[in-house]
Amino acid sequence: MIPGSFDYHRPSSIGDAIGLMSSLGDDAMIVAGGHSLIPMMKLRMALPEHLVDLQDVQSLKSISIENSQITLGAMVTQAELITSEELHEICPLLREAALQIADPQVRYVGTIGGNVANGDPANDMPAIMQTLNASFTLVGPNGERSVAARDFYQGAYYTTREDGEILSSIHLDAPTSGHGSAYEKQKRKIGDYATAAAAVVLTLSGGTCATASIGLTNLSETPLWAEEAASILVGSSLDRETIKAAAAAAKAITNPAEDGRGPIEFRKHVAGIMVERAIAKAHSRAR
Amino acid sequence: MSDIDVKMTINGQEIEAKADPRTLLIHFLREDQNLTGAHIGCDTSHCGACTVDIDGKSVKSCTVFVGQANGSDITTIEGIAHPDGTLHAIQEAFRQNHGLQCGFCTPGMITRAYRLLQENPTPTETEIRYGISGNLCRCTGYQNIVKSIMAASRELSLKEAAE
Repeated sequence: MIPGSFDYHRPSSIGDAIGLMSSLGDDAMIVAGGHSLIPMMKLRMALPEHLVDLQDVQSLKSISIENSQITLGAMVTQAELITSEELHEICPLLREAALQIADPQVRYVGTIGGNVANGDPANDMPAIMQTLNASFTLVGPNGERSVAARDFYQGAYYTTREDGEILSSIHLDAPTSGHGSAYEKQKRKIGDYATAAAAVVLTLSGGTCATASIGLTNLSETPLWAEEAASILVGSSLDRETIKAAAAAAKAITNPAEDGRGPIEFRKHVAGIMVERAIAKAHSRAR
Repeated sequence: MSDIDVKMTINGQEIEAKADPRTLLIHFLREDQNLTGAHIGCDTSHCGACTVDIDGKSVKSCTVFVGQANGSDITTIEGIAHPDGTLHAIQEAFRQNHGLQCGFCTPGMITRAYRLLQENPTPTETEIRYGISGNLCRCTGYQNIVKSIMAASRELSLKEAAE
């Protein structure tokens, strides 16, 4: 398949990239790893007149950790995320989730920024970022602003990012030491998007659940932060009944599409199971 | 739309060319550079038949524009064997262990295994299976491919120990 014609640009700074996006207008698109965009271009579902490649923008490529504050440059690849021991030490959920994305070749190239900015409800990192309460920095011609991951997604492929803005970095506080986390993803085969997936981060205090956060992937037009489900867990001993109740509350906010992954009822059913398993696994990992 | 100038190293040779930006790397390699070893299988970044090594990463060249690869160092299956033509240990292991049937996926499999064994010289069977999970084979059931990579790993480790 041959994509439509475009002009190719490779700026070396974020300032130049924003300048290009402003001057080229609506027909320009940013390319990071390209593993979502290029397939769409081959199908002619995306027809940019200009591609602005960020690979030479070095300032977008670093992982930095200060105290427990994590900053991920938008051009950090999934493979780099996976191999960072320092990151894994304080926030193991990121590696666990990244390893469930696509396959090794795609993870060498696919970026964290592309994964969260694209707005594809099937992408895994948006729900992870909502679970971790991350925020995204957007840089545009009018300067910089920060948007919470929980407020960023508005519909399938539709986010609060304005045309001409570039998502430059992701910021989050590592969960408290001793926390437990898990990402459970049901998929038909390696490389597939989730039939349903759930992320859980929780902390314990003297045997009861002190804090909890739950995110859901590919179960609606946007990633879902299951606030009510998580609140059911807080204060409980994470007994079987409570976990069932939280899973039911999470299921209640899902609105999956019927597709090759199964009918709606099945995908909701799997969502409940993923939530239960993720809670149990996070519990077993918490200290 | 204007052509771009690209410069890259392919299998140790520096090349310069003009290309339409929409040219996919796999087409550039096969049609402009006459390197037809990397194959086009699914053309949707699933099957891995088009895998090449770019700057030390296994990449599906059907999902990379030629401009994105500008300035990079690329190894294709044509660059895996030794300069005197003797097979690389991975290629020899595929031959000895019947690691292919129709052979269509083999360039991608070997190029991927090449990078996998650089990163993890002594992988377990499970690590190999996850490591080649981006490469599909419709003939073998993977059994002999995994066996071949295991054998290559042993052979390369022995060689390293001898050196």
